[in-house]
Amino acid sequence: MKKELTKGFFKENPTFILVLGLCPTLGVSTSVSNAIGMGIAATLVLVGSNFLVSMLKDYIADSIRIPSFIVIIASFVTVVQMVMNAYLPDLYAALGVYLPLIVVNCIILGRAEAFASKNSPLASVMDAIGMGIGFTMSLTMIALIREVIGNGTISFFAWKIALPGLKDNPVRVLAAPAGALLLMGYLKAMFNKIQEKKK
Amino acid sequence: MRLVALLITYVFINNFILVQFMGLCPFIGVSKNSESAIGMGLAVTFVTAVSSTVCYLIYYYLLVPFSLEYLQTVVFILVIASLVQVVERFIRVTSPSLYKALGIYLPLITTNCIVLGISIININEKYNLLESFVSSVAAGLGFTLVIILMSNIRERLELSDVPKSFRGLPIAFVTAGLMALAFMGFDRAIISNLHLA
Repeated sequence: MKKELTKGFFKENPTFILVLGLCPTLGVSTSVSNAIGMGIAATLVLVGSNFLVSMLKDYIADSIRIPSFIVIIASFVTVVQMVMNAYLPDLYAALGVYLPLIVVNCIILGRAEAFASKNSPLASVMDAIGMGIGFTMSLTMIALIREVIGNGTISFFAWKIALPGLKDNPVRVLAAPAGALLLMGYLKAMFNKIQEKKK
Repeated sequence: MRLVALLITYVFINNFILVQFMGLCPFIGVSKNSESAIGMGLAVTFVTAVSSTVCYLIYYYLLVPFSLEYLQTVVFILVIASLVQVVERFIRVTSPSLYKALGIYLPLITTNCIVLGISIININEKYNLLESFVSSVAAGLGFTLVIILMSNIRERLELSDVPKSFRGLPIAFVTAGLMALAFMGFDRAIISNLHLA
């Protein structure tokens, strides 16, 4: 059970090892608060959909399983959207179109198909929590690097620290879309290197 | 004029891959050779154009009158998933040669963020039907342009000496990043300079 939980952190990290769900990863990683918000939203959807898919796996016919999974995921996304719109309107506005796009996040459909449709509900929830934490961690890591170097600040929802020196002359390219792609390339290379050494 | 401005916006200025990061998975996955890149690009353009028009009609003539706007996400993804199936069948029957070229890419398109993304953006930006159609065709064309450029670069990368840890995905991301830097040259100012807005 513990293995199901921890494999998402590093060994099967959804962002850096499996390279899934990149649109939100790069799209909202301009600030740490957005990254954590997106991570939590995706984790909630992931836990809900993995649990339901694994409960219903014996009742869903094989030929229509993908559309069924998508409907289950879309319903959870809608719930998360409505809750976030009601209680965290600022975050809702900041995440914008990337929030409904959780539906087509390959991590969630991928886990439903590859794991939840074959395993028990408890194991699926563990897997979802682990993958969700792995996703949130990598998202936050990218966001932290981009925010510190590209904007010279560290923000966590309400409070914000401006870093002296960097705040006045940030490396703006890292805050721009191009910087996200470059950073992703270098981080992926770093993870490849670490994996190679382990072998 | 507004339509030309929309076209330039979504092909160059707000390019879906390089600026909004939508459709990155197929972009990285299918850009290994230029033939499949063209196939994927055309298939995506076709599906975005059809599905965002259908989504537009369903949203304004079905969801809004019954005030069911909150079902947007669920309905749109269902429309897209079923449309992709219909399009696949239709092409298979009417044009076997086109099916041969696009066939394997069509099922992948359901989970392409661009298709759902542009449908939602059309609603959020309150475009009318013609504007929605143009913006979604432009989104598809922008995707096609970048994926073709990328596939040509990657064909060359195969032959060049890349450090071991960078082989494969990392160098593809770095290349995409450099392309995005170049695309930053397309600024909103283009539209006002050309007197389009």
